[in-house]
Amino acid sequence: MAQAQSEIRYLNAPSIDVKKKKYCRFKKSGIKYIDYKDPEFLKKFLNEQGKILPRRITGTSLKYQRRVSQAVKRARHLALLPFVTDLMK
Amino acid sequence: MTNQYETVFILTPVLSDQQMAETVEKFQKLLTDNGAEILNKENWGMKKLAYPIQKKSTGFYSLVEFKAEPELIDKLEIAFRRDERVLRYLTVKLDKYAIEYAEKRRKKLNPQEA
Repeated sequence: MAQAQSEIRYLNAPSIDVKKKKYCRFKKSGIKYIDYKDPEFLKKFLNEQGKILPRRITGTSLKYQRRVSQAVKRARHLALLPFVTDLMK
Repeated sequence: MTNQYETVFILTPVLSDQQMAETVEKFQKLLTDNGAEILNKENWGMKKLAYPIQKKSTGFYSLVEFKAEPELIDKLEIAFRRDERVLRYLTVKLDKYAIEYAEKRRKKLNPQEA
């Protein structure tokens, strides 16, 4: 089995994408308040179906993720953002 | 003690412009009569709703920022609930970051008055 392993030779070392450090964009840019009234900004945190992206994808800290989700839910209540859609972007 | 609130409400598109202005005026008057201080009024006009509300796909959005006593909010919400021209309303209490943000936004929107 080990033999087969070393059989495969690559021209250059396979660089599985080196893990880029995720950071919380709110802490970095110092945004303190997430406004529920402008849907364009909130769309960055939604996927195509309009669902809120998890922290492991966006990398936001827990404190701001809660504010983002609250703002998104308020925007949905005011019909600024859809609850569910397809191909929203 | 007075807190700062902002409320966004959506009016049904069926109304004529005059009725819409009158409805928005009615809520503002209700606030000012009960001793609230209106800081900012914005009408976003007819916007397409992300999903139909009461079988309507567009609505007239209006925003009011004001300082008021907490008791007044119940009255305001009852008035919203009673008025059938209002499709939806959302009143939010502003914390200190929100107040600062609203301040900046107001300066950006109408610089001459600020």
